[in-house]
Amino acid sequence: MKSLRELQAIRDKMKASVNTREGAGEGKMRILVGMATCGIAAGARPVLNAFSEEILKRDIHDVIVSQTGCIGICQFEPVVEVIEGDKKTTYVKMDPEKVKRVVVEHVIGKNPVTEFTIGAMK
Amino acid sequence: MYRSHVMVCGGTGCTSSGSEKIIEEFNREIAAVGLNEEVKVIRTGCFGLCALGPIVVVYPEGSFYSMVKAEDVKEIVDEHLLKGRVVTRLLYDETVHGETIKSLNETEFYRHQMRVALRNCGRIDPDNIEEYIGYDGYAALGKVLTEMTPDDVIKVITDSGLRGRGGGGFPTGRKWRLAAVNESDQKYVCCNADEGDPGAFMDRSILEGDPHSVIEAMAIAAYAIGATKGYVYIRAEYPIAVQRLQKAIEDARAYGLLGKDIFGTGFNFDLEIKLGAGAFVCGEETALMRSIEGNRGEPRPRPPYPALKGLFGKPTILNNVETYANIPQIILKGADWFASMGTEKSKGTKVFALGGKIKNTGLVEIPMGTTLRTVIEDIGGGIPNGKQFKAAQTGGPSGGCIPASLIDTPMDYDSLLAIGSMMGSGGLIVMDEDTCMVDIAKFFLQFTVEESCGKCAPCRIGTKRLLELLDKITSGNGEMEDLDKIEELATFIKENSQCGLGQSAPNPVLSTLHYFRDEYISHIKDKKCPAGVCKSLLTYRIMADKCKGCTLCKRVCPVGAISGEVRNPHAIDPAKCIKCGACMAGCKFGAIVRE
Repeated sequence: MKSLRELQAIRDKMKASVNTREGAGEGKMRILVGMATCGIAAGARPVLNAFSEEILKRDIHDVIVSQTGCIGICQFEPVVEVIEGDKKTTYVKMDPEKVKRVVVEHVIGKNPVTEFTIGAMK
Repeated sequence: MYRSHVMVCGGTGCTSSGSEKIIEEFNREIAAVGLNEEVKVIRTGCFGLCALGPIVVVYPEGSFYSMVKAEDVKEIVDEHLLKGRVVTRLLYDETVHGETIKSLNETEFYRHQMRVALRNCGRIDPDNIEEYIGYDGYAALGKVLTEMTPDDVIKVITDSGLRGRGGGGFPTGRKWRLAAVNESDQKYVCCNADEGDPGAFMDRSILEGDPHSVIEAMAIAAYAIGATKGYVYIRAEYPIAVQRLQKAIEDARAYGLLGKDIFGTGFNFDLEIKLGAGAFVCGEETALMRSIEGNRGEPRPRPPYPALKGLFGKPTILNNVETYANIPQIILKGADWFASMGTEKSKGTKVFALGGKIKNTGLVEIPMGTTLRTVIEDIGGGIPNGKQFKAAQTGGPSGGCIPASLIDTPMDYDSLLAIGSMMGSGGLIVMDEDTCMVDIAKFFLQFTVEESCGKCAPCRIGTKRLLELLDKITSGNGEMEDLDKIEELATFIKENSQCGLGQSAPNPVLSTLHYFRDEYISHIKDKKCPAGVCKSLLTYRIMADKCKGCTLCKRVCPVGAISGEVRNPHAIDPAKCIKCGACMAGCKFGAIVRE
């Protein structure tokens, strides 16, 4: 390494990675993917990985992607909850394609994708 | 991209309680369930809460698992990593509040702390230079080399108010200035990692958990004083620290952060490790330098100070590991930021190694001026088994004790000196009512007698004679005039020894004598040890009315000192008794007393 720019490049690359450990902070948006047996069977793992990848690809730092257990609506799995402050949005029957829209419209644009939410299922 | 990071403590404490095995298990179990692309296992440095080790923290949730065993790993992987269900039974109990889980920073142990020198310990993989860079590592060196003159650097360090963390508390900026102004063809930067105080382990933990911060700081110091070569003097008893530091130096060289023409600025600096054999006197600066030179580790008179004639006769600065660990942060965040923490004359934070009779044994970093009460009652969680706090010893064999009546003393250089103790390197040993203060003084003095290098008579002979006086008292042969002799001799040793070892060796004796004179007098006049520690002054006796004649004590006594028939009261022969206490521990009827 012979310049500050090279140092900066390594720092930026690693910031995205170590950001996972800064999760416990207050006030961040949390994306919880239901990962109980029912969720995993319905395809929650590709959904979780899709969130991780999209967040990294779009260089978003103030979001935590985490898992949660079964919330009791197994027929709607994979279920994803997006929590920001006291607002909670519940997405159902998610897949990696839907994840992209949620990241763009909800996480970045701050507008929940209503048609994927549990409210739209009824 | 890993969505989850499993941080396993790889400090010496957790390693000795099996964290290597836990890392192996994690890697195996994670691979078994096919999560090795999603979850990364990282060996970190010390988290500080050593009493609860081995420690595992899972991010992004920040779940703090304590006292993890290899058998628990499968459950964490299957439940937490695979299904997202935190394994509550393994969490640090203070973080669990009914249904909700508190973050670590809200627990009593961490809430009062402010981690500057320890900021990366437990947060990064010390063997991965890129993780250090990810947390702004080497940015301070970059800033110094491209934007600041050596004079600017010294000014920032001086303005920050940083003082040496190894014991003396000399202002770091002034030390650098003294070496910077001396012209020479060669100057040296040294790091004192010869941590010798019994019970202190902050330097080891920093080198194990964040070695690059010390390397970066030494390069900054070298730039400031005009040196091109550095040495880290570290004791060979710290194998993990040596190994991680060695790897860190090699990585820094490979990344061009050590060596020639760093950042293309023309600045050259390289670093070498020198292993010490663990002699306490080599923590003294002139002895340390003689040892690096390949000579016997003995101090020499000062002046000339090392800033003028140090290593190989060249201008040299020597700073302690913890002092260095603060430097990159001061450069990045500014002198004002650092000076805003702590007290008027003691700026910043200090790491203490909390040990002895305390619940949360471990490493804590607090702003200077935090009271001893906060450290012991809040952070330390108090004294175990409902015992009373009696005193705390700071500064190891060079320091003194703080009695319970002074528990509200702020922990900073000057307040501690004012009550006859000293900051030292930050060892903090807590003692409860079962500790005999004469015995403690003897313990520390025994240490200095063994570690005295023998070069000057006051230290070599004086400490030995002082120890004999203490021995006389604890064996029941003391006379009141011995107390005067102790004071006279101790003062003489302090005034006439050549280096810091001898000058401070009598401190534990003087301070216990000052605060616990009554206890010394009980040993001399009443021939009693109030805490029940000094064996020569104890007798064990069987109370005939309580003894059922079960013969148990007779059977457990290793020297056959107890006689008696079944169902008849037994008796101890004081001439044979070695006062081991086995009979008392074994008696089911509480019939044996120690007095």
